[in-house]
Amino acid sequence: MEILNEMTIDFLSKSQNEAFARVVVAAFASQLNPTLDELADIKTAVSEAVTNSIIHGYENNLGIIRIKAILRESEIEIWVQDWGKGIEDIEKARQPLWTSKPELDRSGMGFTIMENFMDKVEIESTPGKGTIVKMYKTIKNKK
Amino acid sequence: MGVTFKVYNDILIVNLKGELDHHMVRMVNEKIEEYLMRHALKKILFNFKHVNFMDSSGVGMLIGKYKSLQKIGGKVGAVNLSKQVKRIFEISGLFNIISCYNDEIEASEKM
Repeated sequence: MEILNEMTIDFLSKSQNEAFARVVVAAFASQLNPTLDELADIKTAVSEAVTNSIIHGYENNLGIIRIKAILRESEIEIWVQDWGKGIEDIEKARQPLWTSKPELDRSGMGFTIMENFMDKVEIESTPGKGTIVKMYKTIKNKK
Repeated sequence: MGVTFKVYNDILIVNLKGELDHHMVRMVNEKIEEYLMRHALKKILFNFKHVNFMDSSGVGMLIGKYKSLQKIGGKVGAVNLSKQVKRIFEISGLFNIISCYNDEIEASEKM
């Protein structure tokens, strides 16, 4: 599918930027004329990925988070990348309710929610180097 | 973004306002702990009327409150869930541990 538009933003891993990130991606995605429900899904998935980078990737230290979004005819592709500690065991991290930080009242539902709200979620991670989460969602254009 | 408290009978009603993500959860948790130190209450009712967004950080907060109150025989309830918040409750299984009510009056009778 032909690329219609593309954007990249870098921002600091501060918790204030969770809201910023999801609003930016939703505003960009609105070019595809999604429904309000589709926009809510995208915002939720972005929020989960960015929160993961802040809490788990950088463990609340400052680092850069990069979001790239690509719009195609009827699909949005979103990358959320950090250069933090990486994920040791991706399969475990994907499991519902599993969390590496239970002491912080984390629910362990982040990836489960991303998978529920998007069509496909891919995780690429190298311990000590960082993580990229790639998410894809079909947008059924309103006519 | 914010949180205000009201006590109705023996229930702490937590009125949330904003988007319940990791950033807001940190602030809300701190304020609830502070409040509970000064007032010994075992039941918390979260009012989601002014929350139009919640993610897994909100889920973690609710599970945390459920666990700590369960130990002392308390309860956690919720009212006024929006569509997006309801979906998060469903996916994460929160409806199994947190009772939802139509309004504060029903909650105060049943909690």
